[in-house]
Amino acid sequence: MHSAAPDIDPRLAEEPAQALPQSQWRIVLRRFLRHRLAVAGAVVVVLLCASALFADVLAPHDPTLLETKRRFLGPLENMAFLLGTDELGRDTLSRLLYGGRVSLAVGLVAMLTTVGTGLVIGLVAGYYGRWIDDLLMRFVDTMLCFPQVFLLLVVAAFVPPTLLSISLVIGLTSWMEVARIVRAEILHLKEQDFVQAARALGAGGARIMFKELLPNAIAPVLVAATLRVATAVLMESYISFLGYGIQPPLASWGNMLTNAQGYFDTVPFLAILPGAMITLTVMSFNFLGDGLRDALDPRLKMD
Amino acid sequence: MLQFIVKRILHSIPLIIGVSLIGFGLMHLAPGGPLAVYTLNPTITAQDIERIKIVFGLDQPVHVQYFKWAKGMFTGSWGYTFFGGRPVLNVILERVPATLLLMGSALSIAIVVGMFVGILGAVRRYSLFDYLATTGAIFALSFPTFWFGLMAIYVFALNLRWLPSGGMYELGAEGDILDLLRHLILPTMVLALVIVATWSRYARSSFLEVIHQDYIRTARAKGLRGPAILFRHAFPNAAKPLIALLGVQLPFLFSGALVAETIFGWPGMGRLFVDALTMKENPVLMGMMMFTAFFVIVSNLLADIGVALIDPRVRLT
Repeated sequence: MHSAAPDIDPRLAEEPAQALPQSQWRIVLRRFLRHRLAVAGAVVVVLLCASALFADVLAPHDPTLLETKRRFLGPLENMAFLLGTDELGRDTLSRLLYGGRVSLAVGLVAMLTTVGTGLVIGLVAGYYGRWIDDLLMRFVDTMLCFPQVFLLLVVAAFVPPTLLSISLVIGLTSWMEVARIVRAEILHLKEQDFVQAARALGAGGARIMFKELLPNAIAPVLVAATLRVATAVLMESYISFLGYGIQPPLASWGNMLTNAQGYFDTVPFLAILPGAMITLTVMSFNFLGDGLRDALDPRLKMD
Repeated sequence: MLQFIVKRILHSIPLIIGVSLIGFGLMHLAPGGPLAVYTLNPTITAQDIERIKIVFGLDQPVHVQYFKWAKGMFTGSWGYTFFGGRPVLNVILERVPATLLLMGSALSIAIVVGMFVGILGAVRRYSLFDYLATTGAIFALSFPTFWFGLMAIYVFALNLRWLPSGGMYELGAEGDILDLLRHLILPTMVLALVIVATWSRYARSSFLEVIHQDYIRTARAKGLRGPAILFRHAFPNAAKPLIALLGVQLPFLFSGALVAETIFGWPGMGRLFVDALTMKENPVLMGMMMFTAFFVIVSNLLADIGVALIDPRVRLT
């Protein structure tokens, strides 16, 4: 869904002549920093990762501790429970922090699965071409015929839901776009001189694919990977919301919403908070990915 | 043209075979296999299972089972539901109109709004409007749709009491068009949000690509007015990727409809899917997977033919 062609900001085209030659990554970084929303996205992503990593230090309470005497505390009602408590008296802030850990972990593992699968299939299809390419690309087309949520829910309902299995299921139902991107990149790259040179030097298929082609195709993969974390977080929250994802008592933003739905008309903030966290996370990754795409676009290269 | 259509139809045959293999494979990989409801039922003995296996032909080799199943898929005998024993095809078909109504209304709103926003953004590139529209699109793509739906229910149904919170008709008002429209507004809005975002992004980039080409400059040089250039000259070329998008977007549309239908209790295919999932109604699940996949293949085919109608160059490749 995120493959709309980026366009070139005319302000970027008028680069002042540089006295010193700059490394490519320097240029990318400079261009990235100009994209304010992307920088904001990057900052939020770092903060979210840090809060997930240090959830056990930051959380004021045990996220699974039940205390029925203090059910449904409102936000700021009791300073010991900054964001209030849920229907079982569990501290919402602590649950949000631990839920974030789960959501980001799923997002990351799912993204790695997606990118790993997509890379290998795209590389092999693009490099070997002919019937291997035909076969793999028909497989990609076939997978794309199924609505992802249908496929995801069916498989998620079949496997025992653990953090790892859910991440793998999400990853294995969403690698097709990455495979197509990588294949397109490889088809373009493999005709170039440096690949011919490597082949002339006697390099084998695996070596050419992973040492020569892959490093040169990394930019679009990086962008896709960032955007994939966003989709994975969204997917996890959705299947957890429906009850086929992360299971209670383990908190995830998705299953927090399931519980909150029942008390929607009386305590809406229980539903607002996890939803806002999902939105914030997904949006930050989306802006970050968008900024990366603009910064890495080879059409903007200045030399 | 005929040659193109035939070639394109032949091209979808491997897709149909692939889809059926994945569908069949999933059904057999499910824990308990195709008999999940029976094996998980403690009152059914192992001998009963063996007998059921023979009745369903599950004692035969896998490839024989596959061909039998595939033949059933093509001839419309999609098996029977475990609970109630109704033909799966009928169960699915009676849910199709509700989903098509929801998807159709969301898609038409999304296309009109998305095209408008996208074209205006492309014409006035880097204006404040363009900036807000492109940023807003990423914003809309980041919303968890189900949460957006819950919030919409909270605001418009529970607080303002303007619209009903779910379902298709009030009790006793079945068939009342106005009542249906009132129920349609919120799910349509929720489903349209994401599609508007995608359409405006695609419309913007495909128009940007076209309006900087030489033939547009020629049209401008010979003194044509802006709207004439935009709609007579730019539109047909810019519309090509958008027609293709229509075909490609369909799976997303089904996914989105599933989300909207579960939140709003809309009695369509998405709702049926989630219900079948809780009831472990594997025949219904597999039937739905095959049905949507087939629908996607056919609409991609139609989209490709549509592009070929506009652009003769496509026919020759």
